[in-house]
Amino acid sequence: MSSKVVVRAERLGKRYTLRQKEPYLAARDYLAKLITQPWKVFRQKRREAFWALKDVSFEINEGEAIGIIGKNGAGKSTLLKILSRITEPTEGYAELHGRVGSLLEVGTGFHPELTGRENIYFAGVILGMSRQEVRKKFDEIVEFAGVEQFLDTPLKYYSSGMAMRLAFSVAAHLEPEILVVDEVLAVGDIEFQKKCLNKMENVSQKSGRTVLFVSHQMGQIRRLCNRAIWLEEGQVRMIGPTLEVVAAYEKSNMENPEHQNYKRTRQKAFFREWKLRSPSPYLLSTFDPVEVVFVLEVNQMLHHVHHGILLTTMDSQILWGSYTNIRTLSPGLYEISYAFRMLPLPTGMFVWRVTLFDTNGLVDSWEAFPYMQVQLPNYQHSHDQWSGIMNLPHEKEIKALTPAL
Amino acid sequence: MAQSPTVLIRPNSSIYLGLRELWQYREVLFSLVQRDIKIRYKQTLIGVLWVVIQPLFMVAVFTLFLGRLAKIPSGDLPYPVFALSGFILWNYFASALGASANSLIEYKAIISKVYFPRLILPLAPILVGGVDFLINLALLVAFAAIYGIPIKLTFLLTPVFFLITAFTVLSVGLWLAGLNAMYRDVRYVLPFFIQLWMFASPVVYPSSLIPENWRWAYALNPMTLVLEGFRWCIAGRGEMPIIPWLSLLMLAVIFIGGLFFFRKIERTLADWI
Repeated sequence: MSSKVVVRAERLGKRYTLRQKEPYLAARDYLAKLITQPWKVFRQKRREAFWALKDVSFEINEGEAIGIIGKNGAGKSTLLKILSRITEPTEGYAELHGRVGSLLEVGTGFHPELTGRENIYFAGVILGMSRQEVRKKFDEIVEFAGVEQFLDTPLKYYSSGMAMRLAFSVAAHLEPEILVVDEVLAVGDIEFQKKCLNKMENVSQKSGRTVLFVSHQMGQIRRLCNRAIWLEEGQVRMIGPTLEVVAAYEKSNMENPEHQNYKRTRQKAFFREWKLRSPSPYLLSTFDPVEVVFVLEVNQMLHHVHHGILLTTMDSQILWGSYTNIRTLSPGLYEISYAFRMLPLPTGMFVWRVTLFDTNGLVDSWEAFPYMQVQLPNYQHSHDQWSGIMNLPHEKEIKALTPAL
Repeated sequence: MAQSPTVLIRPNSSIYLGLRELWQYREVLFSLVQRDIKIRYKQTLIGVLWVVIQPLFMVAVFTLFLGRLAKIPSGDLPYPVFALSGFILWNYFASALGASANSLIEYKAIISKVYFPRLILPLAPILVGGVDFLINLALLVAFAAIYGIPIKLTFLLTPVFFLITAFTVLSVGLWLAGLNAMYRDVRYVLPFFIQLWMFASPVVYPSSLIPENWRWAYALNPMTLVLEGFRWCIAGRGEMPIIPWLSLLMLAVIFIGGLFFFRKIERTLADWI
């Protein structure tokens, strides 16, 4: 990988002014005001300014895949919009060396009345391909989307899944030197998402193109990106190797659980930590019996305590849950442990969520961090679609019950 | 990857008009034009025939009321040919201007998701309308032949007047498109504006009806020049109308102002449209 800088951002800043009324003014409002408050019509509206992005500087080398992470409203989309030239920065500058392709939405430029073929051409060109490039990749695009039979059917007769696949497919065949992608992979069926991820992996790793990628799914960021930029309130909070940045980001989310609906007070009682009672505290690598341990700190007397536990996937699908009633808990440290004969889970990250209630309601709710990583021998179907959510170890045997004919 | 272009993104880039960039993005323009033409008559029964039916219908109505009943003079041409030649040029002007003025709003979704020179949006309808105009021009030639008016050499000058019309649409369209994006009021005013402009231009009546001492003001309207010139091309008789340089100068001012205005709002358009 060469170290040629292809993207350089210097103190980028973007200020938005929030108007108090609608983004545009309608005559009706003027007329209404003209009658009720004539003196106010032409007076300047009070505006509030806020910086969506401030002092953002970084450099990206050729062939890098950069993940941009941060909470909603942290400035990720604004940054992408500036880099893809959709809007101008208020301050600072950015230098891009190479053709930039941006993919901020799936299906940009699609029109329901046009056929699949016509839409491929228009969307391809508007996303930055030349007509000749689209022509060259046409068959590939169609095959990738799997819509061969419907090429000359107007898009409005497509199922939404089909239209989505077609849109993705056009986008996936963009080959600019710098590709800017917003959270577009969050939609679509899982199998197709994987196909797109593979395609993007190819783009950045094999063909040496530079990719900037925004996602809320840390799994995707870990898989695709070598470095990550963590934005917070419009500023760069951290920039560095993906694993470090993502870990720090996730940790901060745990400590500062704004993304949970519940804000931890840690007053009466709270969960301090958790671990697996095994050589590696957060890694599950055996089908043997396993014990999951939570440490609870109680600071004042609690009555009619109720304790709940959930095991969920990263996208919050509940795999298992249970609860216990405890009469009282006096101040002190407690260890709550769950011993399982086995946890037959597929490879990946899983989350334990523990809660504690007393007479007055919720005392603490914790999404146990770090997440539990699972690396077990796989007993599942090789196609994701058929693999299910459990990874059940078993023996296979096929034997004849009747003598061979 | 023959060359890798370098793009510098910074606020208030100097006042350059980006015409070279426009050329680089010409495929986007052509694709947009092609798409608009395709979409326009999808799911219609008689499709492209509408292009021809509309002006013919207008001619029938105006010939009856103005030509026959009000006995409006029509100079060197029979009234129906006079009216048709006015309508086809005016229809082009009105529909291209309307589409141009609404272009930014119509393509709002694309504007906030993809970059390309925004100038392409008001420009596309001007080319799209050109196709209809060509079809109508053929209709006019046939129509003139029916009324026994042969095509003269002056017919070769029609593109000049068409181009001036297109340029007028662009100049005014740049302003209207930008203002429309800022204040949606423009959208509602637009039909009246175009209607008024039609009656201020010699579309259904000849400019000879205008009192002599008001002709100079009348000639400030570039569409006066264009319509008169266009009819002269068809009739091939009389003198070529004097080109009012003042109205062309005015047009140039509107165009240059519009271009700067458009380039200025274009920079942050995606934030507030």
